[in-house]
Amino acid sequence: MSAVLRRTPALPGPLEWARVNLFSSVPNALLTLLSLYLLWKYVPPFVSWALLDAVWQAPSSKACREAAGAGACWAFIGEKHRFILFGTYPFEEHWRPGVSILLFLALYAVSAMRRFWTPWLVLAWLAGLTLIGMLMWGGVFGLRYVENERWGGLVLTLLLATFGIAFAFPLSIVLALGRRSEMPVVRAVCVIYIELIRGVPLISMLFMASVMMPLFLPSGVTVDKLLRAQTALILFAAAYLAEVVRGGLQAIPRGQYEAAEALGLSFAKRTALVILPQALKISIPPLVNTFIGLFKDTSLVVIIGLFDLLLALKTALNEPAWSGIGVEAYLFASLVYFVFCYAMSQYSQRLERDLARGPTARALKDT
Amino acid sequence: MKRVLGLTIGVALFGAGAVHAQGTLEAVQKKGFVQCGVNVGLAGFSQPDSRGAWKGLDVDMCRAIAAAVFGDATKVRYTPTTAVQRFPALQSGEVDVLARNTTWTVTRDSSLGFNFVGVNYYDGQGFMVPKKLNIKSAKQLNGATVCVQPGTTTELNLSDYFRANRMTFKPVVIGKLEEVLNAYYAGRCDVFTTDVSGLVSTRGSRPNPADHVILPEVISKEPLGPAVRHGDDRWFDIVKWSLYAMIEAEEMGLTSKNIDQQAASKDPAVQRFIGATGDFGKMLGVDNKWSFNIIKQVGNYGESFEANLTPLGFERGINQLWTKGGILYAPPLR
Repeated sequence: MSAVLRRTPALPGPLEWARVNLFSSVPNALLTLLSLYLLWKYVPPFVSWALLDAVWQAPSSKACREAAGAGACWAFIGEKHRFILFGTYPFEEHWRPGVSILLFLALYAVSAMRRFWTPWLVLAWLAGLTLIGMLMWGGVFGLRYVENERWGGLVLTLLLATFGIAFAFPLSIVLALGRRSEMPVVRAVCVIYIELIRGVPLISMLFMASVMMPLFLPSGVTVDKLLRAQTALILFAAAYLAEVVRGGLQAIPRGQYEAAEALGLSFAKRTALVILPQALKISIPPLVNTFIGLFKDTSLVVIIGLFDLLLALKTALNEPAWSGIGVEAYLFASLVYFVFCYAMSQYSQRLERDLARGPTARALKDT
Repeated sequence: MKRVLGLTIGVALFGAGAVHAQGTLEAVQKKGFVQCGVNVGLAGFSQPDSRGAWKGLDVDMCRAIAAAVFGDATKVRYTPTTAVQRFPALQSGEVDVLARNTTWTVTRDSSLGFNFVGVNYYDGQGFMVPKKLNIKSAKQLNGATVCVQPGTTTELNLSDYFRANRMTFKPVVIGKLEEVLNAYYAGRCDVFTTDVSGLVSTRGSRPNPADHVILPEVISKEPLGPAVRHGDDRWFDIVKWSLYAMIEAEEMGLTSKNIDQQAASKDPAVQRFIGATGDFGKMLGVDNKWSFNIIKQVGNYGESFEANLTPLGFERGINQLWTKGGILYAPPLR
């Protein structure tokens, strides 16, 4: 390997590099020139709009209105960021959702490290979620009680996404196994569930949960709006994830099943120790794909009036003083969504590489 | 996993408990707050501010009810509702009252099972045109291009009005408010039509409001008011009189600032209003100081209007007291 590297010039000059990589042929040269032209045309104006001419701080929207068209109005984010991040949560208590967000991030970080993949992790999650629940609801340790209608912003988005994934994923494994089961009733139930849910848009599920369900309940019985939306999200995501997991299960060679059976393992052990680890490993890319989709789908709760990140932002824009500053606001939201989704995707790639080097791969190589 | 999920749902179902086994008032008193359905975000009517606190004319209505029931205007929980959610939310008992800029119509009053307690804002559909077109009346709009949002009564009212006046128009139909406005401000149409309240707040939020005029014709009636469920007259009365107390107080000149002094006055009407004489609170099933608390903590109708709508460029117009040329008229408190 190193021998090959040494044969090329150690440090090719920039001109040489450009000739090889940018101007190797006439079409390539044309494409390079076109790209340079587009960059020159759009990047400087964007930089001057977003950075140089931008209004960073303003006591009111007046300064922004004067700069309209020329510079971005980041003062809007400055004024509204707490509303966008925390929604209608009581202002003096904003540290509580703030700490909750940090706790969520810490839990994500810990779960990402493989050396923490022990039963303790489950306990850590339970403890973390209890703590988040106590912080958000309050009512204990002298914290003021805050009803969950007032939860909002980023913390609500994280809550919906985390619980959505945490509950939908195990449910989807059950569904996927059920769909491949030899018991006809179990199989039929799973097939009907998956096909029914996949055949319906998420919006209509949310509508059902938020508008129709209360009408079917006996009068006086109400289920929390947040819980209804969360349940709809879980049920929806589970159907999609189930098909992803089933894809993984189908990719496992028949021999693996037979070998596990030949060892005399029970169904539970066969599935948990032999089949699922391999099946889930090969389904990491589509799984993460669905997770990312779910994370962004949480923004659909706007239609049932839950103040997630996006609805909080839209509501902030509703205020006449700041209306029309949509581009900056949506850029901010995209940035937040991007950070989370990109982190998920990067992590999944690292996990794939790690697992490819894992004990199974080594064991196979040794034989 | 399924069982755990089922269990969670079950606990939530029965944990929520029966809220409306008895009357709404008792249920509200028992839980300790008024659950109020409001708009997700409509400037001036119900809109969370930068600190996340709800503000607006409809929000003040909710606070007034809480002040009447509990003597504490903060005992409200707001349920933001979208247009489709609002009616099921009230029907199912998720909210105790709906104060969400909802037009009072016969369908909603009867077959949907609601009772509108009154009107806290008289709205109606109007037209806005650029001043430079020099149009003074909607009757001059023959052949105009009109920007309108689809799917609402706005579109129907528009075509009805033009047909009734034997005029033609070219509609530019765009779904999203922000985009239909951009179309109007970019000059793609001559006229923009929606409810007058919407026209006013739009005009105020864009540069050069003076370049646009709102025509005098109002082509539809949109009386917006709070609604409660059928079949609970006591609760209906409380919500209704909370609204009327605010209007009556303005007529009597009682404000949040002067009501403490006025309480010492010998005027029998004031004495009745603050609950020193007469047992109106008891008759309604709340504290006798209910109306005093509303005005002290929330303010009268005029104060609420000035705090929420005037900064956005709203004029009182017909939402003025009957004694001042408007149509706000509260039955006497006696």
